[in-house]
Amino acid sequence: MVKFILVRILQAIPTLFLIATLTFFMTRMAPGGPFDSEKNIPDEIKEKLEAHFGLDKPLHEQFILYINNLLQGDLGPSFKYMGWDVSELIAKAFPVSAQLGILSLCIALLMGLPAGIIAALRKNSSYDYFLMISAMLGICLPTFVLGPLLILIFSSWLGWLPPLGWYSFSDMILPSLTLGLFYAAYIARLTRAGMLETLNQDYIRTARAKGASPIRVVLCHALKGGLLPVVTFLGPAFAGLISGSFIIESIFFIPGLGRFFVTAAFNRDYTMVLGTVLFYACLIIILNLVVDIIQASLDPKSRGR
Amino acid sequence: MEKAIDEKILHFGLGSEPQYLDPHLANSVSAHNVIIALIEGLVSEDPETLKPIPGVAEKWEVSEDGLVYTFHLRKNAKWSNGDPVTAQDFVFSYKRILNPELASQYASMLHGLKNARKYHEEGIPWDEAKVGAIAIDKHTLQLTLENPTPYFLELLNHYSWFPAHPPTIKKFDAFGKQGTAWTRPGNYIGNGPFVLSDHKVNSVIEVKKNPLYWDSNTVSLEGIRFYPIESADTEERAFRSGFLHLTQTVSPDRIDFLKTNHPNLIHFESYLGTYFYRFNVEEPPFDDVRVRLAFNLATDRQAIVEKVTKGGQLPALCFTPPGTGGFSPTSRFRFDPQKAQSLIQEYLEEKGLKSLPKIELKYNTSEGHKKVAEALQGMWKSHLGAEIQLLNMEWKVFLSTIAKRDFSLARAGWIGDYVDANTFLHMWRTGDGHNNTGWSNSRYDELLELAAQESDTKKRFSYFEECEKLIAENAPILPIYFYVHVTLRSPTVKGWYPTLLDHHPYKYVRLEKSEENN
Repeated sequence: MVKFILVRILQAIPTLFLIATLTFFMTRMAPGGPFDSEKNIPDEIKEKLEAHFGLDKPLHEQFILYINNLLQGDLGPSFKYMGWDVSELIAKAFPVSAQLGILSLCIALLMGLPAGIIAALRKNSSYDYFLMISAMLGICLPTFVLGPLLILIFSSWLGWLPPLGWYSFSDMILPSLTLGLFYAAYIARLTRAGMLETLNQDYIRTARAKGASPIRVVLCHALKGGLLPVVTFLGPAFAGLISGSFIIESIFFIPGLGRFFVTAAFNRDYTMVLGTVLFYACLIIILNLVVDIIQASLDPKSRGR
Repeated sequence: MEKAIDEKILHFGLGSEPQYLDPHLANSVSAHNVIIALIEGLVSEDPETLKPIPGVAEKWEVSEDGLVYTFHLRKNAKWSNGDPVTAQDFVFSYKRILNPELASQYASMLHGLKNARKYHEEGIPWDEAKVGAIAIDKHTLQLTLENPTPYFLELLNHYSWFPAHPPTIKKFDAFGKQGTAWTRPGNYIGNGPFVLSDHKVNSVIEVKKNPLYWDSNTVSLEGIRFYPIESADTEERAFRSGFLHLTQTVSPDRIDFLKTNHPNLIHFESYLGTYFYRFNVEEPPFDDVRVRLAFNLATDRQAIVEKVTKGGQLPALCFTPPGTGGFSPTSRFRFDPQKAQSLIQEYLEEKGLKSLPKIELKYNTSEGHKKVAEALQGMWKSHLGAEIQLLNMEWKVFLSTIAKRDFSLARAGWIGDYVDANTFLHMWRTGDGHNNTGWSNSRYDELLELAAQESDTKKRFSYFEECEKLIAENAPILPIYFYVHVTLRSPTVKGWYPTLLDHHPYKYVRLEKSEENN
């Protein structure tokens, strides 16, 4: 296991380098720069501005410089948010996105797992149909429709919850719900499918034949196998959730990483784009590794690999 | 909202996060909206007319030739750390923004100061260049100009002329350096009615009343919270649920609904700006003035503002918005499809063409720009038989396309920096960084030069009038409408007046409970 983890970490290094290189040159190839605006800057001022931030050097020199700084943990200053460093901004924005993501995941699991289990146990009953149709709706309804809809109901009409912001706990409910419901729907369907497959296995029949109570059969025997597809899904989903969603963060005006990431591209905030891309890459690599480890401990079949 | 009124905190939709909060580097409306809370210039603005009124300077004299301004600074003007605001601070600030090392985008706003260019562009040291900014004593500042500039006092309300606190700038080594931490809360020393108390990037900028401000008795608000909400829909939701007192903008799709259902909340205010299209006059078919005139004549501007934009905009029948600093140009752009047709016919016959070549109209991606472009596409098709292809581009791609002049017809807009026709007309000078049409006219350049040196208003306006005439005759552009600032504002906000530049000095703003339903 230790060897497996070490190999994966070593593999990550060239991956990250490749990502950094591609991102660096791709952002530079895009037309326009961080200091272009509707009010034209005289050429000589623009040159000075670029020199100010080292953008006047040949591209390969800039790249070497960037990688050098990166190795020392310096992601550079942001070009859009003057006076702030990229690493500072990520350090402030990531916890927000992570909080939102974890809350959404909790909602997704709390709603999705029971729904999937009930649907599987009462297969083809009206419970099953109702739950699965709701789940289908949840998957099909995009967050940019669901979000404003929830705001309309819970803020505008009922006045129970704030429509936007990220200042107190009540602000967190609507965005987490919007994001969580989508994943809950997915998890419900995956759980149902996984459970149905396991419930047909011989060892479940054996457990039943031995007289184990239905609850014991589900919780102690079926769930472990039935959840495998959910765990596989959760890895990337968790990475996606905690790294922030541009749409949710824009609708609810949340200062999370998703908004920084997308607007950085529009602003040609080179250092911010690179910083966020690399941060995401690390996050996904780590989470994939964690999922693989959890999976191995759940599924004896994949352990020897 | 009730709570905000009791606490006297104004909740302000800022639109976007400002790139800089440094007055000498700022480059956006959102930065302006925050900086005027934190810093006060030599003069201030009347909240209704924007006419210059005493700010840090309590009075001033102007020499007879209009070249020398002597400002007497009030003795009780203080920085937020208690230091007095002195004439030397202003000289230091001018020296900083003009410092070539700082690479300020708005440094040219100070080129009206005598010899400022020498220091800024030619690299001659400050003292040697003899820049026309002298601190006679601690409280007397003398500014000498290159030309009599009738709008000079108005100009002083642009943030590029604002002072910065010298010890702070020195402490953070920000005299010739961008991106230092002096503009963070805790570091920021200003002299305005408010002080910076919190800044969470992409979330909120908070300012609190400055007890050391010389006129703090006039200030009614205890604080302002600025929210950089970029999505107009999110902003509207925030407003309608009572989270914001005013929004930066309104989504064009929502104007009809809000006008009908909330006429007391939606406000349409004239804004000093022109929405227009640029022709590339160096490429066919727009290298021929007849084609440019024909497109102008085939443009029904009234229909655009009535049926497309619907925000109370005025059709642009000249380039400078009427009434800019008292100057109203004659309306010369008119709608005359017959004349347009005959011009195109003449052109096609002369060139031996059957029809106009396919023309690409470029605009930056936006629902509003698209609607206008589609309406014009239809008009030009039916009146001129022109095939127009619409091409939308992401903002930065669009900007670089315009700068490279890689277009034949492209959308544009211009918002005045100060209330004088010069801020509009100067862009069509030969080689001006904003010209980007390839149009050049020596008489036009000469007229602007004459206007710059003229102190007699009537004569200046006659030069401007001739400029407008040249624009209409040569049509390097196609003016469409004059901007209107559409915003949602709660009736609880008092002391807020529609002004041409959308400036609203916060010290006069109050929050009062209103009978009207919010």
